[in-house]
Amino acid sequence: MERIPILKMGEYLLVTIQVDMHDQLALTLQDDLTNRIVETRAKGVLIDISSLEIVDSFIGRMLGNIGAMSRILDAETVVVGMRPAVAITLVELGLSLKGVRTALNVEKGMDLLRAQVARKVSGNGRSPD
Amino acid sequence: MAVVRTEDMPLRSSEDVVLARQMARKWAVELGFTLVDQTKIVTAASELARNMIVHGGGGKLTIDSLNDGNRRGLRLVFQDEGPGIADVALALKDGYSTGTGLGLGLGGSKRLANEFEIHSYPGEGTRVAFTRWRG
Repeated sequence: MERIPILKMGEYLLVTIQVDMHDQLALTLQDDLTNRIVETRAKGVLIDISSLEIVDSFIGRMLGNIGAMSRILDAETVVVGMRPAVAITLVELGLSLKGVRTALNVEKGMDLLRAQVARKVSGNGRSPD
Repeated sequence: MAVVRTEDMPLRSSEDVVLARQMARKWAVELGFTLVDQTKIVTAASELARNMIVHGGGGKLTIDSLNDGNRRGLRLVFQDEGPGIADVALALKDGYSTGTGLGLGLGGSKRLANEFEIHSYPGEGTRVAFTRWRG
C-alpha cells in the first residue's frame, strides 16, 4: 500500500508530504504517525507541507487530528512550510487550524519543538540544571 | 457570456478527488489565473468533488472557460443524481454536516467563488456551479 514515509531523528519524527494525497493516504499517515509516536516514544513531530499546493478541509482536519493525538501521547507537533497562497485560501475557506502549531520553515520548526520539549522537562522538575 | 471551451469527466471514487484537483489546476494555469486564484480554484474543486462523491454518490465535473466581454473566467459544474439536498441554506452553513466532515465544503467553496449556484431538490440530484473571473 502507498504510504508517506516517517523518518526518526533522535527523539523527533519528521514527515515531508511531497505528493498530492488522496483522502485514504492522509488517513493512513494519521494512523501511522500515531503508532510511531508510541513505538519510538518520540517527543516531537515535524510535518513539512512546503510541497503541498493546497490544503483543503480534509487535510486541515488531518493536521488537527495529528496535533491532538500527539498531545495526548505526550508529543508536540509543528507544521512547517505552508505556502502563502495556501494560507490565504485556508482562512477564506473558514479553517484556522486552531490547536496546530506552525513555523515558517523546518529550521524554525525544530527550534520550536526543542524549546517545547525542554520546557516540559523542566516543568516536571527534571531540569538538567 | 460565451463558453469558449469545455471538458467533462466522471468522478466516482474518493481517489477521483485528486483528478478533479489536477484538472482544475491545469485549466486555471492555462487561463492565466494568479497563483492565489489557482489555489482557491483547486481547493474549491477538491471540496466540491469530495462532497459530490460522498453525498451524491459521484457524478460529473464539467469545466468551462468563459468569455464575457473582455473578462475571462473558469466555471466548475458538479452534477450528480444523488438524493439531493433537503435544505440548501442549512447545507451552506459552516459546521453543518450530515457526514463526518467539518461542514466547510459548500460554505467555504462559496467564499472562494465570485459566483456560486446550487440547484437541488430531494430525489433529483444536485448541481453546484462555481465560477471565478480573472482579476
